[in-house]
Amino acid sequence: MLLIHCPYCGPRDETEFGYGGEADIARPLEPEALSDAEWADYVFMRTNTRGRFKEQWVHSHGCGRWFTMVRNTVTHERGETGVFGGVEPEADG
Amino acid sequence: MSGPQYRLPAHVPMGGRIDRETPLAFTFNGETFTGYAGDTLASALLAYGAFPLARGFKYHRPRGIWSAGAEEPNALVQLETGARTQPNLRATQIELYGGLAAASVNAWPSVDFDLMRINDWLSPIFPAGFYYKTFMGGGFGAGRWWKLFEPFIRRAAGFGKAPSVPDPDRYERMNAHCDVLVVGGGPAGLSAALAAANRGSRVILADEQAEPGGDLLAGDRAIDDAPAMDWVAAALEKLGSAPEVTVLGRTTVAGLYDDNFATAVESVGDRFGPGAPAHLPRLRLWRIRARQIVLATGAHERPYAFPNNDTPGVMLGNAVRHYAGRYAVVPGKRALLGTNNDSAYRTARMLADAGVPVTLADARETPPAALAKEAESAGATVEAGFAISAVLGDRRVRGAKISRILPDGETSGAPRVVEADLVGVSGGWNPALHLASHRGAKPVWREAQACFVPGDLSALGVWAAGAATGAETLADCLEQGYAAGRDAARAAGRTKRTRKPVLKADDSAAQAPIQPLWAVTSRRPGGRKGKAFVDLQNDVTVKDVALAARENYRSVEHLKRYTTLGMGTDQGKTANVIGLALMGMESGRAPETVGTTTFRPPYTPVPFGALAGRDRGALFDPARETPMFDWHAANGAVFEDVGQWKRPYAYRRAGESLEDAIDREVRAVRDGVGAMDASTLGKIDLKGPDVATLLNRVYTNDWSKLKFGRARYGLMCHEDGMIFDDGVTARLGDGHYVLTTTTGNAATVLNWLEMWLQTEWPELQVFATSVTEAYATATVAGPEARALLSRLDSDIDWSDEAFPHMAAVTGTIVGVPARVFRVSFSGEASWEINVPAHYGLSLWQALIDGGATPYGTEAMHVLRAEKGFIIVGQETDGTVTPFDVGMGWAVSKRKDFIGKRSYSRPDTARPDRKHLVGLLPLDRKIVLPEGGQIVADSEQKPPVTMLGHVTSSYRSPSLNGGFALALLKNGRNRMGDTVHILKLDGGADPARVVEPVFYDKDGGRLRG
Repeated sequence: MLLIHCPYCGPRDETEFGYGGEADIARPLEPEALSDAEWADYVFMRTNTRGRFKEQWVHSHGCGRWFTMVRNTVTHERGETGVFGGVEPEADG
Repeated sequence: MSGPQYRLPAHVPMGGRIDRETPLAFTFNGETFTGYAGDTLASALLAYGAFPLARGFKYHRPRGIWSAGAEEPNALVQLETGARTQPNLRATQIELYGGLAAASVNAWPSVDFDLMRINDWLSPIFPAGFYYKTFMGGGFGAGRWWKLFEPFIRRAAGFGKAPSVPDPDRYERMNAHCDVLVVGGGPAGLSAALAAANRGSRVILADEQAEPGGDLLAGDRAIDDAPAMDWVAAALEKLGSAPEVTVLGRTTVAGLYDDNFATAVESVGDRFGPGAPAHLPRLRLWRIRARQIVLATGAHERPYAFPNNDTPGVMLGNAVRHYAGRYAVVPGKRALLGTNNDSAYRTARMLADAGVPVTLADARETPPAALAKEAESAGATVEAGFAISAVLGDRRVRGAKISRILPDGETSGAPRVVEADLVGVSGGWNPALHLASHRGAKPVWREAQACFVPGDLSALGVWAAGAATGAETLADCLEQGYAAGRDAARAAGRTKRTRKPVLKADDSAAQAPIQPLWAVTSRRPGGRKGKAFVDLQNDVTVKDVALAARENYRSVEHLKRYTTLGMGTDQGKTANVIGLALMGMESGRAPETVGTTTFRPPYTPVPFGALAGRDRGALFDPARETPMFDWHAANGAVFEDVGQWKRPYAYRRAGESLEDAIDREVRAVRDGVGAMDASTLGKIDLKGPDVATLLNRVYTNDWSKLKFGRARYGLMCHEDGMIFDDGVTARLGDGHYVLTTTTGNAATVLNWLEMWLQTEWPELQVFATSVTEAYATATVAGPEARALLSRLDSDIDWSDEAFPHMAAVTGTIVGVPARVFRVSFSGEASWEINVPAHYGLSLWQALIDGGATPYGTEAMHVLRAEKGFIIVGQETDGTVTPFDVGMGWAVSKRKDFIGKRSYSRPDTARPDRKHLVGLLPLDRKIVLPEGGQIVADSEQKPPVTMLGHVTSSYRSPSLNGGFALALLKNGRNRMGDTVHILKLDGGADPARVVEPVFYDKDGGRLRG
């Protein structure tokens, strides 16, 4: 069970978190301007990275905040976490 | 069974861990035995001799106790009977208690008379891969053979029986955090714990045995010229007085996981048996998050194989030492030890000191002189350059043969017969690297010691020490343990410097390297007679490994699956490395190139009860009850589970069938007034200046123009355009809305909104708060609903002019503040009254007293289906768009929203997708089966063209018969057609395709 560092609450057990898949999948601002293939790529296609992978997590059973985290999909080694919307988290311990 | 004649007399200075003052009676296979407190079941049985107490898995040969610990492959027992029975426990790990009752597991019909022994004599037809080839292979009729023989094979293959009644015991769970978790309480583990504790670390020391000490428990070791167990006692006292140290005895660390999370099982009440004090849980599961972990897990001795090495009376050499030293049990009158390394000399000394004549066959031509001299002066006979080449006897060892052994494992010259009834074999040591393997460390082959050692895991905060790393001397174990404890504490941030204790161990200077020896048997076909077992639990022989090699099952994974080597409850703890080495010899490879199997948790089997803890029965999953639950229960409600909620399905009156009750409730709503508890609907309070923008983006319809005091129905879709929720949202004020979700989707929808608000649209100012439990909701519906509400004490004007359909009004009802939404899921004029949850029951009582008939979810389903209203999850399944269910009217063309772009994708835009339709069975007396597949031609030969399925189907008192909703391919263009709905038991029911609105098509009633 991973020990995930929530940028708002600090280290917590993986069971407190929800997984949100790949990060940085931005919703197109003008969906109607996209071809079917481009839209399908946004809706359905995700990279299947072997190695460092930036993903979204939510501290569901904690503060309820979404954040990003880099995780190595082979070793589970964690990298930096990031927050959405420019709100800087308070350091915790 | 004669008495415990193999228990050493009290004057022999051995058996330091039993209490001869406390005899304990117990039964095994119905016979009564006596042991002592401090015994294991195995040591107490061995005091009566090394008699057969199990049968081999495949050949059903008699088997005895093989080891003295967790690695035991043979001595599996069924402990106790009835509800508390436990299968497949290792007798070597069961602490004896008074009244214990155990039985053999793998002997049918009995351990003494085993019908299946015929398999042994028929063994030429049961080689490795027999089951695989005969039953699983692609051969003609293989599947049929398997069906015929499976029950027989399963019973013959044996192992214990699971209890057939609920477990009466209690299991606890404990969460703990520490700086350093030390696994193993032998010399290395105790040293590590002391070092870490000295630095002020929070330490948990877990040791699987009845008492810590590890190998020192044998009682023949010394530290600082005093009995080593004195040092153990002092260490435990020090640890006991350290405030941040927890010593967990009888606790097996079962698995290590990411970020140094460990699970450990502590035996609490279990060791007292069925008479355990009631306040104790049987087992306690520890979930430990450790900053650093020290693995001081020791090593398992491995044997070498020789013909008939499974005969009861053949054991691991060091197990013989432990039974003598710890329990004062030597299950033989004359012993033969076979070894290829130094460790057996301690066993020889122990036996000689106990007065048991012992011959030590050392495969090495030149054993270490000092050790040999020491053993011989104690009375042992050392035969250098010899190995055990056969065991004589069938149900007991009656003697053995030793042969001159060449370095390649082949024998030379005629064997010599040695008089012996106890054989101990030592083929070297396998570090117990299971836990390191759980954390991903690949074992590393160490040629000089002919063993795998754990790979380096210090970067992950895992440190190994002592015999677990291949250390062979007590001095090294103490030294490494201290270093690992110190390094782990330092890595955990405990930087206080401490002085290292200077300890003097009793290791003799002379040490000679191991001479690898895996099997003393000809590997050639038609070679030496008698089976030589590699894996005792799975009955895998040296020949089976050779056969696998010949048939090219050479990778370690193929070897395992083909021969079953390393499977079963012991997972090959004593067998795997020999199997790998033999495969290497067969295929001309070094053991490390054959590979290693990956060990996975648990280290030893863990009872399900320990994992489940208290999460069983009523505590398995929360049951959610509305504030009106007690009224429902007292008034005939039959409940159904909707998610975790208990909802009334229908209210049965005395003498009424369920169907009659549903009909009555439906009629009450259509003809009078009904009340339904709708408190379970998800309710999300939305506040902020940007709520309307959010609603516009997540719902398919337009929310810009929703006025204060009005409500609107919305469909929520994913980006693929498929419906995932629906519900009504009311505007309560400026920037204040309340959104309702389906009962099962409340949490999902809130998470969905939060995800978009936080990750994609952080600029939107909206707070979303779940208020589902804060309000109780009652729906009042029917032509007489308005009259009823008007009679209640309320400041709300219920007239159609003041309170039209889809209006939202705030007021007071029976003295309670209420939010009332005029919405209808039944097709009748209908009001949803929301009051603070604590007033739910009084509101409900007022409605019932006012004349409303309570109706349940099934009547609600019938009512809404007559109107063609969908239920998300019933009419939809994640592949259905708003257009598919005929709700294109709810999809805005003017604005963008989640999923919109998908409606112009070719597949989503197809005109002949599955559409929501109504079905009327031609025979109106029948109710079509929900889930029933729809076909055009019921006579079509397979493969049959499936057109869709029935999504909802009921009997309607209003329509006087059965009716259904269905998703039907190209359904809107099939109106009036007859289709056929397949039945589970064959045949089909014809039905006519109709519009999916059966009742009050123009909606006059709900606006009435």
